[in-house]
Amino acid sequence: MRITCPLCGQRDRREFTCYGDAVYADRPAEGAGPGAWDAYLHLRDNPAGETRDLWYHEMGCSAWIEVTRDTVTHEIAATRLLAERGGARPSGGGISATKKPRGSGRGTRT
Amino acid sequence: MRYSGLRVIAEGLLGNRGWTPAWRDPEPKSDYDIVIIGGGGHGLSTAYYLAKNHGLTNIAVLEKGYLGGGNVGRNTTIVRANYFLPGNQEFYSHSLKLWERLETELNYNVMHSQRGLINLFHSDGQRDAFARRGNAMVNQGDDAILLDREGVRRHLPYLDFEQTRFPIYGGLLHPRGGTARHDAVAWGYARGADRRGVDLIQNCEVTGIDISNGRVTGVRTTRGAIRARKVGIIVAGRSGQVAAMAGMRLPVESHVLQAFVTEGLKPVIDHVVSFGMGHFYISQSDKGGLVFGGDLDFYASYAARGNLPMVEHVMEAGMTLMPMIGKAKVLRSWGGIMDMTPDGSPVIDRTPVEGLFIDCGWNYGGFKAVPASGWCMAHLMATGESHAVARRFRLDRFATGHLLDEEGTGSQHNLH
Repeated sequence: MRITCPLCGQRDRREFTCYGDAVYADRPAEGAGPGAWDAYLHLRDNPAGETRDLWYHEMGCSAWIEVTRDTVTHEIAATRLLAERGGARPSGGGISATKKPRGSGRGTRT
Repeated sequence: MRYSGLRVIAEGLLGNRGWTPAWRDPEPKSDYDIVIIGGGGHGLSTAYYLAKNHGLTNIAVLEKGYLGGGNVGRNTTIVRANYFLPGNQEFYSHSLKLWERLETELNYNVMHSQRGLINLFHSDGQRDAFARRGNAMVNQGDDAILLDREGVRRHLPYLDFEQTRFPIYGGLLHPRGGTARHDAVAWGYARGADRRGVDLIQNCEVTGIDISNGRVTGVRTTRGAIRARKVGIIVAGRSGQVAAMAGMRLPVESHVLQAFVTEGLKPVIDHVVSFGMGHFYISQSDKGGLVFGGDLDFYASYAARGNLPMVEHVMEAGMTLMPMIGKAKVLRSWGGIMDMTPDGSPVIDRTPVEGLFIDCGWNYGGFKAVPASGWCMAHLMATGESHAVARRFRLDRFATGHLLDEEGTGSQHNLH
């Protein structure tokens, strides 16, 4: 799998960390109810087909990238900087440009 | 037909002409009391225990492919009860007890082998954490022995104890942990359910769920509509799609987990060995192949295949831990579709639709749970009440904040 970073060009998947569904960029507005937080943190469309998820160019330029991808074929249709993601972003942030994703040092279960 | 050693010998002498199919291949009826969607390990064990424990037999199990053709037919076959959190502990403890009498129960050889599982640790802090886990296991009534470095060496002399990256400090031995023959578990439950009158219907894909006035009334399938009073969704990695037929959005994301098998070798690895720091675990099948795996690929996927970086990572970890396996040739690898939840624990619960139940979110720990999952799902579907050992596997626990985060990694689907 190779991913096209909008800043660096096509790079090996090893350079990137997958954060998860692009819904993570739509953080509920301040004062949103528990249902909105549950949907944001936990509930997923989980499509078999086209999906959008967030990748972090950890071993590269540190850009946050929204990847449009097929979960059945792993084909990547498009990538763009998260900063260029259109639509009304609720206030309260989303993922900050400097925050690093969690995910190193996991233990394996058997 | 009851299986026995005597029958094997007799059939051998008579040219094996007396064997009969292990289950029927019935046409679906138009109406059942209970329909189970999904003919995998969990669906088949649910049907079996509905019949065995609750006397309900007007049941159909609908499987879009063939019985046991999903994750129960392709996994690393580990059976253990080494959980820490109340809620998980009692459930897996119950499951292990069911495993220990499963062959007698089903009259089927599932080749359950309690060869012992060793989780390695590599620092003082990890030793403390494993000591605490071991105490919790013992308090639950299961077994755990904390091994020091020499203790591990007595069991696993072939490890590279001197590796500089993760020197081995010791391990937590779970003697009752082990492996089983994965297919046989599905087949054993299928045969047991069939013998009690359950209809096992293969090549029958559910395409819709009928709901009327908030109550489930049946399912649509590629083999016609089937009415039912109760429906159970037990479809692992496909939970999202099937739940969507009932208008539900689940706390589940499907991910790919890879595993590998080598050519058959003479016995060399007698235990299940888990090297958490390296993201690697291994056992040897009775056929001789080394069966091993690692972590998720970390991106959502239904491809049933992974990518090379994780292959490389798992091989590196294996070579770090036990360099001797470098001479073995990998025969094949595969990727399973794992229904990952944000806390790494499963769901066995009612849904907002009356009569519709769901059993999902087994992450990559579903195999060992097959007996207890079926036991508890059957209890729930028959009585309407959660079983005592599964009462925390609630669908709404994410909304209410009652998470069961065994690893303490937070609410992100790909971190469990």
